[in-house]
Amino acid sequence: MANPTILDDDIGSGQAAESAPNTDAPVVIDVQNVSKTFRIPEQRIDTLKERITHPLSRIGYRELQVLRNISFDVRQGEFFAIAGRNGSGKSTLLKILASIYGQDGGRVRTAGRVAPFIELGVGFNPELTARENCVLNGVLMGLTLREARRRLDSVLDFAELGDFVDLKLKNYSSGMMVRLAFAVMVQADADVMLIDEVLAVGDAAFAQKCMDVFHQRRQAGKTVVLVTHDMTTVQELCDRAMVVHDGDLVFLGDTQQAAMQYYRLNFAPVRSQEGKDAVATINARLIEATLRDPSGQPIDNVEQDMPIVLDAVFEAAREIDNPIFVVQVLNAEGLVVFGFSRTLEERVAAGQRVRLAGEIENRLVPGRYHIDCWIRRDREHGDMAVQGIRLRDVVVYGTGPRSGIFNVRADVTPAIEPESDA
Amino acid sequence: MSTPELRDVPGPSALGGGWRRSAELLYVIAVNDFKKTYFGTALGYIWSLARPLMLFGVLLAVFTQVFRVGSQVPHYPVLLLFNIVLFGFFQEATVMAVSSIVSQEGVVRKTQFPRLVIPLAVVLTAFFNLVLNLVVVFIFVLAFGVTPMWTWLLFPVVLGLLITITTAVSMIVASLYPRYRDVAIIWTVFSTVLFYATPVLYPIEKVPETLRDIILLNPLAPLFLLARKWMIDPDAPSPSAAAGSTLHLLAPIALYALICVCAVWVFRREAPRIAEQL
Repeated sequence: MANPTILDDDIGSGQAAESAPNTDAPVVIDVQNVSKTFRIPEQRIDTLKERITHPLSRIGYRELQVLRNISFDVRQGEFFAIAGRNGSGKSTLLKILASIYGQDGGRVRTAGRVAPFIELGVGFNPELTARENCVLNGVLMGLTLREARRRLDSVLDFAELGDFVDLKLKNYSSGMMVRLAFAVMVQADADVMLIDEVLAVGDAAFAQKCMDVFHQRRQAGKTVVLVTHDMTTVQELCDRAMVVHDGDLVFLGDTQQAAMQYYRLNFAPVRSQEGKDAVATINARLIEATLRDPSGQPIDNVEQDMPIVLDAVFEAAREIDNPIFVVQVLNAEGLVVFGFSRTLEERVAAGQRVRLAGEIENRLVPGRYHIDCWIRRDREHGDMAVQGIRLRDVVVYGTGPRSGIFNVRADVTPAIEPESDA
Repeated sequence: MSTPELRDVPGPSALGGGWRRSAELLYVIAVNDFKKTYFGTALGYIWSLARPLMLFGVLLAVFTQVFRVGSQVPHYPVLLLFNIVLFGFFQEATVMAVSSIVSQEGVVRKTQFPRLVIPLAVVLTAFFNLVLNLVVVFIFVLAFGVTPMWTWLLFPVVLGLLITITTAVSMIVASLYPRYRDVAIIWTVFSTVLFYATPVLYPIEKVPETLRDIILLNPLAPLFLLARKWMIDPDAPSPSAAAGSTLHLLAPIALYALICVCAVWVFRREAPRIAEQL
């Protein structure tokens, strides 16, 4: 089983991705003191009749301030995260940036073409063919009609729909529909892409493909703003993050610290109830993580039932006594399939490296998985593991059982009962 | 890479994204809707013609055989068909416009979408229909022996005025519906009332004086009178003759202008918050 060991010397020179925001790049999103209030009717009056029968009762509105004085800017080429829990106001902020909602106060400026990606296949019309939908959606995403027509062929190619391009969308399988929607989205090719996390739910392979495309776009100098509550994604993908909590901007800056803030805000109270200090800290960073097959060959995908050899190296960000390594394997739906924790009964100095390596039994059904690791000091210190480090994504393939989430050994056989005379 | 220039985010509005984008969206959506109605059903075009023609057949029978209004009016069958097709355009567009924004909820709430395009697309689709129907009407006009006149060239004026008011009414009902759902019911009833309050079935000169004054308050009425005079029967009364004097025409003209101004005002006021009300 995987066990952590302190490394005597540095191995490799792999640096964790931590690109500082390029302060020379021009600002492409500039938000100053933006506020937004929704008026929620206390009792919704939908019809004139209700209004006529109660002409004097003023409709009571509950003012719900969803954003208060938010200010930030995003520079060209940044991968920027807006993080926050459900209902924190992050999606509203995204919609204000996209001109879908209007702000009540403050100023929002953007540069270049901005396109929101809030849901896949918005505006698809089931009665039209793939070809017609493509052009329609291209224009919807902000392309000119000529441009949308010009890109039509490449989009249809990308979607790999073959001979079905003239088939009405209502006759498509859901898989084909997603492929088409995604291809259309990719073609939109805006300078600033505003992405809602809900986009990436569903098919894991698809989520991965999405992220790959966003990365690619960013490398091409495009700016990506991602709204999410998944701090692992933030730390893995983004350059900079802001944390929104109940409509307030509570943190803006480095993703690791943003994650820290996020966990502190959202999970600290739970810990406090247990009567322990709730100090959220960054304990370590990942230097490299490799998966190998039992013969030692590095692999990306692993065959069903084949044991996985994990080999990860961390660098302590500060001194940690008896660090605990909690490894979790999550499936595509984000469910923790299994996990284990290992304690290193030693003191690790700041800057010292720790290798967590060993073989893990593989009972996973085919699919895509994430391996995350949380590092914390021993319980006496009351620290929380605030930093979920994504070690690796792995695909398990094979033709064996794929029902359920886990494949256990079962020595069960059916047999015909011999007839008894008794 | 070019240095991008920061611009204020306009926020949602009637024409968000500029004229060009709105025009292109309008075109794509209307063409697609049109294709859907014509290629989505087995008989396509026939169906869109069937409705006005059936109505025409029934009304023609009633008004020539039962009430015998028709026999005293030159070219009554052609006039009836022509009026039905024109009013059908107004009714189809405005009734469809009522729920148009709500039924496009997805694009309104999830993309950058100029709000005005939605009711305009409905009007444009209805207009495509109208053009096809007018082709048939024109065949009837010739078949029933209406002599071609130079005033036929004035038809675009009538059409333009009709399209303008149809658009204005569509904008009003579409932007109010998300807030007041009973606009749908009210408008269905009201548009039927309008059908009878417009000289579609009957010639205006057969209407008693007092009732005629009321009918001529309706801004659609002068349009139908013009259409009749210019297209079918040059001896038919002009709007001012029907109203008694040009002065009497000021009421429908003022009402017409008021509806158009109201439409712009209401739509601009409602557009920014429509997404939040869906």
